[in-house]
Amino acid sequence: MRIEDVVCPFCGCLCDDLVVSVEGTKVLSVENGCTLATEKFTGDHRLAHPIRRTGGAWEKTTYDDAIRETAEILLDAERPLLYGWSGTFVEAQTLGVHMAELLGAVIDNTSTVCHGPSIMAIQEVGHPGCTLGQVKNRADVIVYWGANPIEAHPRHMSRYTTFTDGFFVKSAFRERKVIVVDIRETDSSEIADEFVKVTPGGDYAVLTALRMIVRGKGDLVPATVSGVTREQLFRVAEICLSARFGAIFFGLGLTMSRGKSKNIRNAIELTEELNRHTKFTISPMRGHWNVYGSNEVFTWITGYPYAVDFSRGIAFYNPGETTSVDLLRRKECDACLVVASDPGAHFPRACAEHLASIPTVQIDPHVNATTHLSRIQIPVAVTGIDAEGTAYRMDGVPIRTRKLFSTGYPDDVAVLGRVYSLVKEAKG
Amino acid sequence: MTQGILIKNAYVIDPLSGIRGEIMDIAIRDGRIVEDALPGSEVIDAGGCLTLPGGIDSHSHVCGTKVNFGRYMSPEDMRAGRTSRKGVMHVTSGYSVPTTFGNSYRYSTMGYTTVLEGAMAPLEARHTHEEFTATPHQDMLANTLFDGNWSVMEAVREKDVKRAAAIVAWTLAAVKGFAIKLTNPGGTEAWGWGKDVSHIHDPVPYFEVTPAEIISTMIQANEILRLPHSVHLHCNNLGVPGNFRTTLETMDLAPPAGGDRQTLYLTHVQFHSYGGTTWRDISSKSEEIARSLNSKPQVVIDMGQIMFGRTTTMTADGPMEFKLYMLHHNKWSNHDVELETGSGIIPVYYSRKSLVNCVMWAIGLELALLAKNPWQCLLSTDNPNGAPFVKYPEIIALLMSRRMRENEREEIDPRTEHYVPLFALDRELDWYDIAVMTRAGQAKAMGITRIGKGHLSPGAQADVAIYPLKPDNLDPSVDYQQVMAGFSRTLYTIKRGRVVARDGDVVVEGANSTIWTRSRVPPEYDMGSDPEFTRKFDQYYTVRLRNYPVQDVYLPRGVCIETEAAL
Repeated sequence: MRIEDVVCPFCGCLCDDLVVSVEGTKVLSVENGCTLATEKFTGDHRLAHPIRRTGGAWEKTTYDDAIRETAEILLDAERPLLYGWSGTFVEAQTLGVHMAELLGAVIDNTSTVCHGPSIMAIQEVGHPGCTLGQVKNRADVIVYWGANPIEAHPRHMSRYTTFTDGFFVKSAFRERKVIVVDIRETDSSEIADEFVKVTPGGDYAVLTALRMIVRGKGDLVPATVSGVTREQLFRVAEICLSARFGAIFFGLGLTMSRGKSKNIRNAIELTEELNRHTKFTISPMRGHWNVYGSNEVFTWITGYPYAVDFSRGIAFYNPGETTSVDLLRRKECDACLVVASDPGAHFPRACAEHLASIPTVQIDPHVNATTHLSRIQIPVAVTGIDAEGTAYRMDGVPIRTRKLFSTGYPDDVAVLGRVYSLVKEAKG
Repeated sequence: MTQGILIKNAYVIDPLSGIRGEIMDIAIRDGRIVEDALPGSEVIDAGGCLTLPGGIDSHSHVCGTKVNFGRYMSPEDMRAGRTSRKGVMHVTSGYSVPTTFGNSYRYSTMGYTTVLEGAMAPLEARHTHEEFTATPHQDMLANTLFDGNWSVMEAVREKDVKRAAAIVAWTLAAVKGFAIKLTNPGGTEAWGWGKDVSHIHDPVPYFEVTPAEIISTMIQANEILRLPHSVHLHCNNLGVPGNFRTTLETMDLAPPAGGDRQTLYLTHVQFHSYGGTTWRDISSKSEEIARSLNSKPQVVIDMGQIMFGRTTTMTADGPMEFKLYMLHHNKWSNHDVELETGSGIIPVYYSRKSLVNCVMWAIGLELALLAKNPWQCLLSTDNPNGAPFVKYPEIIALLMSRRMRENEREEIDPRTEHYVPLFALDRELDWYDIAVMTRAGQAKAMGITRIGKGHLSPGAQADVAIYPLKPDNLDPSVDYQQVMAGFSRTLYTIKRGRVVARDGDVVVEGANSTIWTRSRVPPEYDMGSDPEFTRKFDQYYTVRLRNYPVQDVYLPRGVCIETEAAL
């Protein structure tokens, strides 16, 4: 069976034009998808049933027992952390937030080790952005800063920016100029009209120099700034100023390098200043397919996009204090529920060690690095393959993922819903 | 489920039923108002307290992409209003942009049972509907943005009203929207290039249609589709000194009403009633606007009152927000939506020490006091743009008490009186006027009396608010503090026949409905199978046509108002 207009649950591009051929519960082929998408749809490394660590070994357990024990662990904890959420759908994220409220837990999503600093910058200065179609149809200048879309978001350029024709950009290849800013050459920098090579940690200074030029203070810019020549800085500023519509996309190369949130603040303020001359927008290259959904859900229920602490009875947010890495590094948490993410692979060693020392439960379809730190793992259906639900694209456009076929796996809502019921029952 | 409710000794004002303040009983059964209560009904003794149909807000920003971004970018606002879990009530955060449950509880304890979200971008409709579900104590409706819709503008350029109507019909059904919203028509498309339109005959770049043409075409399309509401318009030039001329010209575009509702609804008109040429000589032109309104029964407006203090502005009017940012230099967010519209957000502080803010404050009140017919001027703050909706009771008190206005006069910039007529106005609105301006008028203007909204006659939805106010023992002119306190917190809020809030606390989980419209069109006008429309859709949107419509699962209790299009 061929299923059209399938939504890809891999990266923040949330491409919705895939054609997937399936037979029973097996994906035969994926058209239109990138290699990451194909791997996601055809990969077959699922955990077959819930598992529980006893002594040093894993043993098979039932959903009933695993769910009951998960609820007991959470109810028994004084400082539980509910972490992850970027790889599941909105309906499951909603349940997570309500459960955190009831438990007085901390709930955090993967932004905490990803675009958290970008969010902090936005909270200082705002965010002039747009949907991706606005870029596709209008932009004649595209800037990728600290991002390598060809490898990390393989269809970003062909669906939304560089290579796709738009309404006002009839011949994208000829009419769009591409600027790539990075510390090293990448596949993306190779196709750039202008590659700006910055010495590591030098982005803030380069952004400042560009702002100075845009503000007419270019005469104060020295001969080189973080390895970038004055001539190139002027050339880049001129390309931006003469754009009809410019769009900046930034990745973790800017967010997580020296300066962190201040880099993003500087980039946003450059965008704002360019808007006094022409039209410019700026957008983060969000990673997980529904990390933005977790920010949205957390925000409409609690007021904050991540790192929400309910232990005081109200929703409390203070990145650096209520963020997962900081909580775990301080060894504050005494239990952790990981949903749809892999902190074992991405957190600092000290945090992973603490996760291994406390009862950690993972709800995830696959065996991953976190499995090795967990006490229990409950496999679920994969959203976008054998479960459906809402996801938010990196630009905030919500799309409902499709269910291609049914397997025996319960989805995240089914499992979390049962844990939540037990918690509710116990909390009266 | 109880057997029903019998409210005894209620001081009822029900303008749509012609009841102007009578002590009577109200019987409720199965979510509806009925003639007689069943034996064994729960009895509520209203003790002569003011009893009104549930409040209806016809223009408020509470759910969706830009509202949530207002929260996301404003932890300072989240901290400014937070409550812990209490009974069935979830934790809430936020003052000017509360979380969804925060909005829902605060509206409910003020007696509001129905709220129209002022602006939903069709592409992001799913988000609005998800937040509607998390706003459980109000029935929700979504104004759907068409101000920069490419297909509509092309139809306008071709002078093809029927095609414009067909596009509206398809879109409203696809995104489960309620009404046509135009926000700075043409201006949001121009903002795609960092530009704006400056008057209603200023052509939109590339599309070469004018705001006036868009407005007129959409008014006709709206009537062809027989939609319950009229076109809901945020005029061009919001917040620009001298913009009253644009507003007057726009009002002249409204054709005479055929039925019993308006053909054009102008929202937050305070922001559109400015004289002068710069911020230095801005003045009130409320008298000119009210004169036009009083001569045009086909137009309804809402006030867009501002109140002093902190709030967050948010609108689809992207270019306006950038201009405002250039004044405030606080923080600025913008979010253009491909092929459809734009949006912007900035926080603001309205100060009693700012002459401009004082003039704005006066204008909103003047519009309400100068409009002869309360059905034509509804109470709003364009929540949260002029002020958070929790300020409504204070606005009601100001409208009912000249003394309160005089007291406020002492507090504001003393130059204000030279720029506004407010302090020459003796009028004090009465309870009936307020009932019209906060529920009956909204229900009529939105065309939802037909589904039992805004009134208390048998068959109506049992949405009732009982306030701790005894009109027989109160002089609002003097006792304005009591009026304010009374409208802030109901004794009982009843929604669909169930007590949902008591004495300031929400007491049940809540389960709202989303009201949307579908116009049946002949097959040749079904845009879903129109080759030109679908080709362009798949070519220029970044979402496939098949993934665009909002699935039924997002409206667990959807209420569809169906109409037969005259196509």
